[in-house]
Amino acid sequence: MKDLVDPIVDAIKLAVTTIPGDTVKALKQAYESEESEIARFNLGNILRAIEIGKSRIVPVCQDTGTLTFFVKAGIGSPYLGEIERAIIEATRRATLEIPLRPNAVDVLTGRNSGDNTGKGVPVIRWELVEGSDVEIAVLPKGGGSENCSALAMLTPAQGWEGVKRFVLERVTECGGKPCPPIILGIGVGGGADYSLTLAKKALLRKVGERNPDERIAELEEELLTEVNSLGVGPMGMGGKTTTLDVKIEIAHRHPASFPVGLVVQCWANRRAFLRIKADGRVEVWQ
Amino acid sequence: MAVKLKTPLGEEVLELRAGDVVYLSGRIYTARDAAHRKILELSKKGKLPFELEGAVIYHCGPVVRRKEDGWKVVSAGPTTSARMNRYLDEILSLGVRGIIGKGGMEVGPFVGRAVYFAFTGGAGSLAAESVKRVVDVYWLDELGIPEAVWVLEVEDFPLLVAIDSRGNSLYR
Repeated sequence: MKDLVDPIVDAIKLAVTTIPGDTVKALKQAYESEESEIARFNLGNILRAIEIGKSRIVPVCQDTGTLTFFVKAGIGSPYLGEIERAIIEATRRATLEIPLRPNAVDVLTGRNSGDNTGKGVPVIRWELVEGSDVEIAVLPKGGGSENCSALAMLTPAQGWEGVKRFVLERVTECGGKPCPPIILGIGVGGGADYSLTLAKKALLRKVGERNPDERIAELEEELLTEVNSLGVGPMGMGGKTTTLDVKIEIAHRHPASFPVGLVVQCWANRRAFLRIKADGRVEVWQ
Repeated sequence: MAVKLKTPLGEEVLELRAGDVVYLSGRIYTARDAAHRKILELSKKGKLPFELEGAVIYHCGPVVRRKEDGWKVVSAGPTTSARMNRYLDEILSLGVRGIIGKGGMEVGPFVGRAVYFAFTGGAGSLAAESVKRVVDVYWLDELGIPEAVWVLEVEDFPLLVAIDSRGNSLYR
């Protein structure tokens, strides 16, 4: 059996040291469009931090977050039984070698496990699919932005107008706390828990990449414009750029429910992917 | 306006205005939620192992690498300061003259005694460039890397005055 730990460590390293090109492009555009010296101070620092992370191979943000792995497991893969152990071992090694900040704390004692593993973490989300490839998405996500994530159980009568209001209120209330310019992941339908999972998965899409359903894509564009008209701005100090993008994913809902999961991501929009083919070949990308 | 400051800070901070850029040098103390509780608990007993008169507290949990001769800071941006609002008045009562963080804090406690400096959230790799060395670390075993108090020597750390001692704030 091929050792899967190395490529998973590589993917974690890529995610925390290199901000994806789509996000960097959007941040550069934001820098160009902002007029206030203060907004430019913050965006200039962001762009310099990104350069340093990439060139010196160090974590761009010190909060390397909680690691979530979305696994699309082809039922024909010979590696299925290895994946979970490899992810946990890779998390331990990445913490030591990159290094990552140890962020896993015992809920009862407050004790830090020291290696980002513990009860239920890293978080591994399984999805079984056809085929024999295993695709793993790594999403390290910081605490400051996650503290602004939220769930709303709207009434069907509140509907999409209610979704907009909820998102705009939440973004306003959070101000500079989640490190704007932020990226918003929104999941609608499917029940309380699933709407939040959809919202987090939505963050795996590229900045600028719209939902393939045109009606949903239109809602994304509308919210993008409305959130940016709030004027929260980079780091909450005012400006044109509050959010770089809005991603919406949907599932059917119960007739009585209109659940909305909102996951707020900071500008350090970290992610990486790897694919393990049945013959052992591995690809890592962003 | 851009000014250079060196810790410990005194009454000169009262002259700073929201929007000023400050290049800070000297010692700063990292502290997050658990460290604030520990600092306040020990100071009440008169057992705080360091002096906070004129000090600058940095809301930060760094990424550090252990080296043969000590520690190296790899990435060290600010954490969300609002979580520390509940400790702010007491912390400033210990003589603290500056807080570094992100996202802003309650304005009231700063009036007439201290300032809030903002550094860009998430820009940890850039902040680490200003850290010249790790002077000391307190309560590492008990609190873990992110929550321990790291005493850092910084040089020309570029900061924005985001809340000044007259109660002006850059936050909307």
